[in-house]
Order: sequence, then C-alpha cells, then structure tokens
Amino acid sequence: MPAMPKLPGMLVGLGVTFRTMVRTLVKGSHTVQYPRVKEAPVPRARGVIALHEENCTSCMLCARECPDWCIYIEGHKYKAPPRRPGGKPRQKNALDRFDIDFALCMYCGICVEVCPFEALFWTPEYEYSEPRIADLLHDKSLLGKWMETVPDFEDYESGSEAKKAQVPR
Amino acid sequence: MSSAILAIELAYWQQTVLRALLGLVAVLLPAGTLVYLFLFKMMSFMQSRLGPMETGPYGSLQLLAEVGKFLQKEDLIPAAADRVVFKLAPFVVLISTFLLVLVIPAGPDLWFIDIDTGIFLALAVSSISVIGILMAGWASASKYSLIGGLRAAGQLVAYELPLVLAVMGVVIQAGTLNVQGIVMAQASGEIFGWGGIGNPFILTQFVGFAIFLIAVQAELTQPPFDMPVAESELVTGYLTEYSGLRFLMFFIGEFATAGIFSALAATMFLGGWYVPGLDPTDNLFNVIGPLVLIGKMVLVAFLIFWFRFTYPRFREDQLQQLAWKFLIPLSLVNIVATGVLKVVF
Repeated sequence: MPAMPKLPGMLVGLGVTFRTMVRTLVKGSHTVQYPRVKEAPVPRARGVIALHEENCTSCMLCARECPDWCIYIEGHKYKAPPRRPGGKPRQKNALDRFDIDFALCMYCGICVEVCPFEALFWTPEYEYSEPRIADLLHDKSLLGKWMETVPDFEDYESGSEAKKAQVPR
Repeated sequence: MSSAILAIELAYWQQTVLRALLGLVAVLLPAGTLVYLFLFKMMSFMQSRLGPMETGPYGSLQLLAEVGKFLQKEDLIPAAADRVVFKLAPFVVLISTFLLVLVIPAGPDLWFIDIDTGIFLALAVSSISVIGILMAGWASASKYSLIGGLRAAGQLVAYELPLVLAVMGVVIQAGTLNVQGIVMAQASGEIFGWGGIGNPFILTQFVGFAIFLIAVQAELTQPPFDMPVAESELVTGYLTEYSGLRFLMFFIGEFATAGIFSALAATMFLGGWYVPGLDPTDNLFNVIGPLVLIGKMVLVAFLIFWFRFTYPRFREDQLQQLAWKFLIPLSLVNIVATGVLKVVF
C-alpha cells in the first residue's frame, strides 16, 4: 500500500480553511484596506529616524558605525564665550549638515543605539516614500521634524524609570 | 435548441452563429464566474483577507482589468522555440474546452449536440488538452517547460483512467451513455422504491463522485496535483515561456475546463438541470434549467476549489501512486459493485 494521506488530518485541514472563510465573511479580515484604513504601528516600530539637533555634538560616532554609510555629517568648531567672566572661551562643535540617506539605510538602528548624547530617535512613521530616489536623502531640518512623531517611551522592564529620566527629549 | 426557444425557423448559418456565440458564453461565463467567485474571493476569505476591492463594487471588474493587463503584455516567443507548434498549443488546449461544453444539456430541449455516446465524447475530447500541453512543453525549447509538459502528460494520462472508470458506474446505473438520458434517469429514478427526489447519482455513486472529483482536480493540474506547474522547481512548467494573450488562453482554458467539468459532475451526479418535484419534460426547465445547472456547477466547483486552496502539493511519485495503486483499483471495485447491485435490484 502506498503512503496515503491521512484522512482525519485532511478533513481537519478542510475545516480550517472553511472556518477561516466564514470568520472572514462574518467578522471581517485580518487585513485592512491600506490607503483608506491605516493600522497604527507599534510604538517601537522602526519607521524613520529623527534627529534632536540640540543634543548632537557632531561626534561622528553614528556615521562611523553605520554599516552602509548612509549618514553624512559636516561640522565646524567655534569658540563659545566663556562660562564665567575671565575664563577661556570654550571650543564647541557646530552641526552644518546631518543627512540620512533612507535609500541606503537598512534600519538596523545602530546609530540610535550608539549615540552617546541621545540625539537620534526611532519613530514609527513610515509614509515618506518619494517618486525620486534622491528625495529620500533627509536633511537635518526634515530629520528634526520627525521629532514630533517620536512616541513616549514605554518601560522596557522594571527599573527602567531611572533610565527614562535620563533621556532628554 | 434555438428554434425551441424562439419558435422561429432559422437558416443553417444563423443557427451556427447562434450556437457559436452560445458556446462562447457557455465557456467564458463559467470561467469568469469561477475566477471571480473562487480564485479572487473565496481564496482570499480562506486566507483572512478581502481580495480585490478597488475595481468596481467588491472588485467585480477586476476580471476585466486582468484581461486588459494580459492583452497589453508583450507577446514573447523564445528564439529557439518551434514557432508554429508554440503558437498552436494554446488553441489546442482551448479547443478541448470548447468541445467539452457541447455535450452538457441545460434543459430538456437545450443542448448543443445530443448524441448517444455523449459522455464518451466528453471524456474523449477532454484528453485533447494533453496534446496541447505536450506541444507547449516541447515547443518552448526550455527544460522547465519540457519537464512540466512531460509531468503533465504523465499525470493526465494516469488520472484519465479513474475519471473514465468513475463515470462507468453512472453509465451502468443510468443504462445509457447519452448525457440527456443520464439526467432523465436521475429525474425519474427511484431509491429503493422511493422516488421523492428522483435519484441523484451522488447518493448511490458517492464513491464514483469522490473519485471523479479527485481525478478532475488532477486533470486540471490544480493544487494539490499541480506538480507540472510546481513553481518552486519548474517556474510554471509548460507555461513558463508563454506571455500575454497566449498565457491568458491557457488560463481561461484551465478555469473554463474547471467549470465545465464541474457542470459535467453536476449533470452526472447531482441531476443536472433537474429540480426534484417537478415534471422533467416541463417546458419550464428550458428557462430555469441553465440557472439550476449553473447553481449546481458552482456547488461542485466550490468543492474543487476548496480542496485546491487547502491542500499542499503532492510529490510526483505520491501523485502517481494515488492514481495507479488507489483510485484505479477503487474505481474498478466500484464498477463491479455497481454492476452486481444493478443486476440484483
């Protein structure tokens, strides 16, 4: 006798597809009609990277760690006035250019993790496709605008409140 | 048939044109219905999605959009292909579909041809498609097409046997090869002396019905019997090199054949155009007969497509084993049992 398909299992399979069909007809599908109906992405979804410019010191760590080199940073040094009268003028870094090329970005999130000054954030926003690929190069003003969409942090685990307090928005 | 409806005498050429048009409708209507109802919608529902929704209400015009898309596509013929055979193959497949529809009656006076060996003719012309598929596989000059074509030929030959043998039981019970006669036998039949609903042969020939459905599934090279077009190993088998209109013809051929085989199964096992409780010679059936037949066809097609969307693909050797070692012996036993019972009762 050849290896025959097992009958009860096959009937169970038919039941699964039939039940799914009835459920879809009665309760609706699991999918949504995208441009009309939108699903809210989860808060930690990796949609697009936002830049909090005031925190950035142009230290270049993110650009150096980026696996596909999609972050372009240019800056210059300038002398800030001393904190106290009579002190030495402080040397500071000014950020001239901060671009992320989302045509190259592979959404690994290393830049967000590596940033020592909490200047980069994930936001779940995902509708930023462009007809021209060059327009996927987001400059620092656009990256700054994404900051508005950064969701409030949810606690990772117990005891993360302290960590959260350190994160300046 | 046209004269029966219109009660006017038509010239021969007028009748021919009318028959050709009706044949076209009878092939394309089931194909379109099945593609929309089952391939677009039922399959989507079984996968918990909605399917096409944008073109027309509930995506009902999607079919036209698809046809338009296929018509726009470039008509490619491989450089090494046998051009004549390559171009001819889809027509051969489609011809077998168009010939199949001839024998199915849709009412007491509604038929294309009424011959004594109707069911025999149907089963004979259904195997013409094997030649078309072999032609497609060979003429494409592609190894995927060739392997797909040969697999299809092997499979179609193997499942031709249970298909024919399953029908034998019905033929024995009805006592005729005439399809109209089979419908009449079901309409006027009795189950152990009780003739309340006639005798739809699905009740007495359930094994035959099951074998017929499985064999039809394999004849259509649909999942779970789609080894000839197994996309993970053969791209799309004998369809690989076809594009545009020629691919569309194969596609229409597949679904039209699914519809017509469903109609054939409905005619042989579910009583065809007959509704229990009415006089089968009633002129009413010339009007509602086609609708009843389409309703029963959709019912049978639902089963076929339900299996299609549920089961994974058979391996090639399992597929052949199922036909030769299980279905053919079972259908032979069915014939013997039917014959014995026919003599006894």
